[in-house]
Amino acid sequence: MTGLAGTGQLTKLAFRRDAGILPVCTFGIVVVVAVVARDLKVLYPTEARRLALVQTAGGNAALRFLYGRLEGTSTGALTTWRFGVWAACMVAVLAIFVVIRHTRADEEAGRLELVGSAAVGRQAPLTAALLTAATAPVVIVLLACLWLVKLGLPAAGSAALALAIGACGLVFTGVAAVAAQLAATARGARGLAIAVLGAAFVLRGVGDTGPAGLSWLSGASPLGWVELVRAFGSAGEYWWALAFPLAAGGALVGAAFALAAWRDHSAGLLPDRPGRLAASGFLRGPFSLAWRLQAGVLAGWLAGYAAIFASLGAATKGVGEIFNTSAVLKRYFLQIGHQHTIIDAYLSAVMLLAGLGAAAFATSAVLRLRTDETGNLAEPVLATATGRIRWALSHMSVAVGGAGLLLAAAGLSAGLGYGILTGSVSIQVPQLLGAALARWPAALVLAALAVALFGLLPWEATAVAWGAVALVAFIALLGPSLQWPAALMDLSPFTQTPKLPGGPVAAVPLVWLCGIAVALAAAGLLGLRRRDLGDLGPSYRSYHGRIHDYLVDYLQLDQDGSRH
Amino acid sequence: MANAIEIRALRKSFGRTVALDGLDLEVRAGEVHAFLGPNGAGKTTTIRVLLGLLRADAGQAVLLGGDPWRDAVQLHRRLAYVPGDVTLWPGLSGGEIIDLLGRLRGGLDPKRRQALTDRFALDPAKKARAYSKGNRQKVALIAALASDADLLLLDEPTAGLDPLMEATFRDCVQEERHAGRSILLSSHILAEAEALSDRVTIIREGKAVETGTLAEMRHLTRTSIEAELAGPADLRGLPGVHELTVAGTVVRCQVDQAALDAVLGRLHRAGVRSLTCRPPTLEELFLRHYSSERTTTGAPR
Repeated sequence: MTGLAGTGQLTKLAFRRDAGILPVCTFGIVVVVAVVARDLKVLYPTEARRLALVQTAGGNAALRFLYGRLEGTSTGALTTWRFGVWAACMVAVLAIFVVIRHTRADEEAGRLELVGSAAVGRQAPLTAALLTAATAPVVIVLLACLWLVKLGLPAAGSAALALAIGACGLVFTGVAAVAAQLAATARGARGLAIAVLGAAFVLRGVGDTGPAGLSWLSGASPLGWVELVRAFGSAGEYWWALAFPLAAGGALVGAAFALAAWRDHSAGLLPDRPGRLAASGFLRGPFSLAWRLQAGVLAGWLAGYAAIFASLGAATKGVGEIFNTSAVLKRYFLQIGHQHTIIDAYLSAVMLLAGLGAAAFATSAVLRLRTDETGNLAEPVLATATGRIRWALSHMSVAVGGAGLLLAAAGLSAGLGYGILTGSVSIQVPQLLGAALARWPAALVLAALAVALFGLLPWEATAVAWGAVALVAFIALLGPSLQWPAALMDLSPFTQTPKLPGGPVAAVPLVWLCGIAVALAAAGLLGLRRRDLGDLGPSYRSYHGRIHDYLVDYLQLDQDGSRH
Repeated sequence: MANAIEIRALRKSFGRTVALDGLDLEVRAGEVHAFLGPNGAGKTTTIRVLLGLLRADAGQAVLLGGDPWRDAVQLHRRLAYVPGDVTLWPGLSGGEIIDLLGRLRGGLDPKRRQALTDRFALDPAKKARAYSKGNRQKVALIAALASDADLLLLDEPTAGLDPLMEATFRDCVQEERHAGRSILLSSHILAEAEALSDRVTIIREGKAVETGTLAEMRHLTRTSIEAELAGPADLRGLPGVHELTVAGTVVRCQVDQAALDAVLGRLHRAGVRSLTCRPPTLEELFLRHYSSERTTTGAPR
């Protein structure tokens, strides 16, 4: 079939471009599933303990919404409950990013035009993208199955869980393939596919927690099909349920091929909204430009924060009961949260997560400066009556303000989620809002570090700034239970933050953190004032490194930073 | 009136790469100055120094009477810049970007904005991600031309424009000149420089190798001669004659200014049936500067 000519070459090219990130993500997902299974085996070694967990957690609506239904009391059933749906979500996200990166993103950038002018069939790029994306679920199925069996879980259940997760990946490979035909931009296609995933999650959640009359909703969701397989279920696996995702995935892929054969190159099937004829009064300086450019990303983060922290807040009530079923788990949370009561420890750990996320957002907002500098988007602004410092401050204001908004959203939604269930909104909302905002200075220290790097070490800024965020996350989440030395723990600004709620309120560390942030930012701005600007550097550093390239490609750090 | 741009012995290196190696450049107030050179000659680096994005290692640069590094913001109110590779924010429409750049610069004339948008036939409602290279170029050009800046810095501004739009661009530049603005037009399109510029500076490997009006530069250079003769004329070995070809009775060659008289004498003696003499195109001037690597005998300078 000539429509597929060149597929082999294109698939090789796709694998080569993804040689780093695809194996890392694929393996990462397998590791996460295996670690969850191992942890559950260690934490709940006996049937009696597991039964206690099932009785408390299985009845908690918030946890059912987050994780799904619990079908059995074996370690395997607990693993399926705790991570089946979530691993499926991860596989889905990976599939969405890979498919769209090799289809619509390449088409939008004009690369597929060049490819298409060669002896390459019309369907070859889509086929190559699907083959590349499909390897991840296939490998995950094989490795996860083997690993679970090696951990001593029953073979049938291991295979069923792995297949259910992998099949969900295939469904979203199809969803992404169709979205890539519908939307004219990679960003739009990605948004569309992620929205379908979000809808699937909500459908399943409502079906699992709502009244019995609504339970069919989870059967209508690709994520619900993961549960439907009943891996490790006490009544045996429902193998036939795997037919749903396979059929849906096949149908979606077929639809994508039909649409691809029908539409014009570079055209989308959804209308592209025209822009404004003239700028609104709002868009009149570097600050409004920075906020306008980052508004979409920030809105996405805020929506995600509201949903996640409302769920985590709502889950608080059941948490104490669950922790009483495992001494090890209880100790872990008490260590991370540095608390004496388990509820406070849990909430403090949740707010720590909110702080880490806000630090990541603020860092990405600051690094936008670097992306704009190397992507020639700083030049047009700096050629006007905008000085470097004002330009830098414009994006820094998004980092500071955005981190604050995110933390406020986390505190507010967690407070509402917990407060509404316990009838204590007026207590929980202010308490958790304060606890969340107490993490603001620590998040800003990381953003300010990014500013310092941008001003003083621009070529390393992206890699080192993200490395610092990762290090701080490791310290915060793993350090306490691994009992890392205090000197190492003290490196993280979150170690210095008062452990709220529950801990003593201390203003001094917060003032210190703010001072450090200001000093780092000032150092960066001083450096920026003195250095050359533009996409240049010593010739041996003309690249930004593979990690940076991957980040830009996958997370679309450049979503307004590249000229497409 | 003072010069719009005055650069003396400007040097800039990136690591071991020398981008500017003692560049001199002078743009007089109210003139269109063509800044010619191949890719990598240092044109864009010069403009980035003038914009205060790069700090010169040595030498002097004065822009509109100020220091381009120290007084960047004040100076930028009085200049407009069109980059060679126009990058725009994909999510903003062309109209929004024109307004934004105008406002960042301190205002633009809405009537001129409208007139220019019509002349360049730009659809301002399209998002920048949907624009072709030429349309992105138009957005930057309209934003620059609609400003009331004293100085326009145009870095290869017609690279993506079609011939029709290029003609529109040339008309616009002529109008700006009449309005008394100074323009630095960096280019490697020689016809453009020939058609538009009052004076020319040719840059090569970070140094100005030639500067002056086209007339002045031709004075230094050879004349192209094509003659059909009645009989044989031996021009070989004559000093100042270059690239001589003889095809039957047709003789083609390039002649230095000083040798012109002697060459014409020999042609006359052989009997001239037809004769074409023309000044060298900029193309030829240019080729000589950049081919001197292989003909190390050197151009007469």
